[in-house]
Amino acid sequence: MDFSFTDEQKMLADSVERFVQDEYDFDTRKAITRSDEGFRRDYWEKFAELGWLALPFDEEDGGLGGSAVDTMILMESFGKGLVVEPYVSTVVLCGGFLRAAGTKAQKDAVLPGLMEGKTLLAFAYAEPTSRYNLADISTKAVKDGAGYKITGHKAVVIHGPSADHFVVTARTSGGQRDEKGVTVFLVSAKAPGVSRRDYPTVDGLRASEVSFENVSVGADAVIGEVDNGLALVERVVDEGIAAISAEAVGAMKKLHDLTLDYLKTRVQFGQPIGRFQVLQHRQVDMFMAYEQSKSMSYMANLKLDEAPAARKKALSAAKVQIGKAGRFIGQQSVQLHGGMGMTDELSVGHYFKRLTMIDTQFGNVDHHLKRFGAL
Amino acid sequence: MDLSFSDADRAFQAEVRQFLAEAYPADLKAKMERGEELRKEDYIRWQQIVNAKGWAAPAWPTEYGGPGWTATQRYIYSEELAAASTPPILPFGINMVAPVIYTFGNAEQKKRFLPRILDATDWWCQGYSEPGSGSDLASLRTKAERQGDHYIVNGSKTWTTLAQHADWIFCLVRTDGTGKQQEGISFLLIDMKTPGIRVRPIITMDGGHEVNEVFLDDVKVPVENLIGKEGQGWTYAKFLLGHERSGIAAVGRSKRAIARLKSIAEAETIDGAPLITDPAFSRRISEVEVDLIALEFTELRTLASESAGKGPGPESSILKIKGTEIQQAITELLVEAVGSYAAPFVRDVPDGQRWNEYPIGPAYAANVAPSYFNMRKTSIYGGSNEIQKNIIAKMVLGL
Ligand SMILES: Cc1cc2nc3c(=O)[nH]c(=O)nc-3n(C[C@H](O)[C@H](O)[C@H](O)COP(=O)(O)OP(=O)(O)OC[C@H]3O[C@@H](n4cnc5c(N)ncnc54)[C@H](O)[C@@H]3O)c2cc1C
Repeated sequence: MDFSFTDEQKMLADSVERFVQDEYDFDTRKAITRSDEGFRRDYWEKFAELGWLALPFDEEDGGLGGSAVDTMILMESFGKGLVVEPYVSTVVLCGGFLRAAGTKAQKDAVLPGLMEGKTLLAFAYAEPTSRYNLADISTKAVKDGAGYKITGHKAVVIHGPSADHFVVTARTSGGQRDEKGVTVFLVSAKAPGVSRRDYPTVDGLRASEVSFENVSVGADAVIGEVDNGLALVERVVDEGIAAISAEAVGAMKKLHDLTLDYLKTRVQFGQPIGRFQVLQHRQVDMFMAYEQSKSMSYMANLKLDEAPAARKKALSAAKVQIGKAGRFIGQQSVQLHGGMGMTDELSVGHYFKRLTMIDTQFGNVDHHLKRFGAL
Repeated sequence: MDLSFSDADRAFQAEVRQFLAEAYPADLKAKMERGEELRKEDYIRWQQIVNAKGWAAPAWPTEYGGPGWTATQRYIYSEELAAASTPPILPFGINMVAPVIYTFGNAEQKKRFLPRILDATDWWCQGYSEPGSGSDLASLRTKAERQGDHYIVNGSKTWTTLAQHADWIFCLVRTDGTGKQQEGISFLLIDMKTPGIRVRPIITMDGGHEVNEVFLDDVKVPVENLIGKEGQGWTYAKFLLGHERSGIAAVGRSKRAIARLKSIAEAETIDGAPLITDPAFSRRISEVEVDLIALEFTELRTLASESAGKGPGPESSILKIKGTEIQQAITELLVEAVGSYAAPFVRDVPDGQRWNEYPIGPAYAANVAPSYFNMRKTSIYGGSNEIQKNIIAKMVLGL
């Protein structure tokens, strides 16, 4: 049993931590979220130079061959800085599809640009009524000669506005919620028939409603197997869950530290409010919730390569813990900061909002309790 | 023991319902139901409508324009307003400063201020909290120094709700820095147009502008704006805290919010079925509904003892704590109900055209996440829930 990091992992942790501390302070982040694009291209290029965009890809594909634990290390620091750049969308999720099932031609077409920081992607899977069921898809891909025509509406596509390509789930056969009949496509954002409505999200990201209207793609746009894409989607979404769980752990750590510091410095009734025992216990509860979440994030990242049933169970367990702890720590951090916690000016509310949205991403507590119980 | 209202109370209830059916403007109602942020004109318009009926200030004595209702009637009235989802009557004038004025003010002050509070000519805000004095209010430092027939006020207030609209602010100020903290505090009414007052917005995490900092820099306030006696301000403030507590539990508003939650859970789907049929989700709705029933009956018991002539004791802290916990739990469930569509932040789109031009998810999802974030304030303001528990521990349980 060993939970220690390798030397390379320690170096990675140091460099991400340093980036977040030196170049991603809260005011910088605020300016980024208010900028036109909502993220910084120069930072993204920097991520490429530092090798972060190549991290999880195989060496034979030009990547660094990193593990899930490497991604976890990176995401935890990103969580501390509330980094909004499209890392999960481009590298973890869309990159994840190509890693797991991309053909050589698909990888050659996308990965070099992705790793150089020139190509951005977004994962378009949710639909207005699908909630968290990944198989609930009414977007259709109809056979058209050798290729397909895709028609449908994808909801709340995170990082949609900046995407050069979408990875899209569509139905090639079966009924709206059938497990069989799901196919994954790689679609250029500029393809005729693709249109978007862009908007900011409550947690400082950008997203889009994306509409596909008779969008023509070739047979070579299919990632993985026609009709049998659901297992692939589940696998990649679990990788996404592992990544955002680590991000949440970073955000929780930051909230925990900020609140602890506040309890020591805010004086009311002639003493630091941290002297009040009820607040001490509250802080202890936050501390325990954070530690338990960190344990679950490690567990989830270490079990990503297990057989599907074991993997899903592990990832659902982690997501439940992250959802509950994120809510508790977020709410209590605001509460213990009093009026200050309510402000836009302080970072506390922004961590709280991000943690709230992480619970709604890829299935909330209820959803994952159900999946856990059913496995 | 008897649960039913008297015939007279039921007749009164019918009268209130009829009034609301006739007088509550549809456009205002639609705005409320969409959960949109209200503008100054909206609040004023609604207060003027109820004032025209003579119902703007249910708790005021009749000599100042109150309707002379019993505690039960006041309760029925506030429940009916909540059920109809009317804009709130802002408490700062009607429920906060007015009782202090008619209880401790002089005849001149009553004549000058009360009618303008009633018909919403003057918008009031509450200047108690300061950057260094929140829960520990008695430590406040904004200073008022007597110079001839004026006070010169220096200091800063914060979290001042809707000060950006206010004509007047009622302040707790320090007139004496020696002796016991509580005894050096006075209650001063200050015209917001006085030179030396500056209001700086504080934007909350939901993006709204409802609170402000108010800086007072050599502000000259005539001594006739002092309420009661110098050094008695703390007593008046405490009187106020124990005074008008009806509505603090927000039972009616929460019933309404649960109804909205249910209708959204019926429209939303999970695996093709209405979300409300999902056992896990419907169970959680039921839990909060059951909590609300308990709170409603606790409030009714409080009301009964109030009608029997006992003032609302420190037990009313229960109403504040449970009421806010329930309000917060409902907004939390609303976020869950709308799923991914909690994420879009479309608040900046102007009234009315929002859903014509930006069909981003269902209309009911628009303000769900911001409301959830905003409602965190309820366990912080008006005496935080931790402070309320301290009050119960000390005043009720003797710990
Ligand atoms: C949206 C909003 C609107 C407001 N409107 C107004 C207004 O119009 N006018 C006005 O005057 N004020 C207003 N307030 C201020 C409000 O009353 C204060 O925020 C509140 O009193 C708490 O003070 P604080 O923010 O300084 O927090 P602090 O007092 O610093 O408290 C920080 C934390 O410590 C806890 N704490 C403090 N003391 C104790 C103790 N003894 N035991 C246990 N826990 C303790 C608190 O519960 C809280 O969790 C408003 C606040 C908000 C958020």
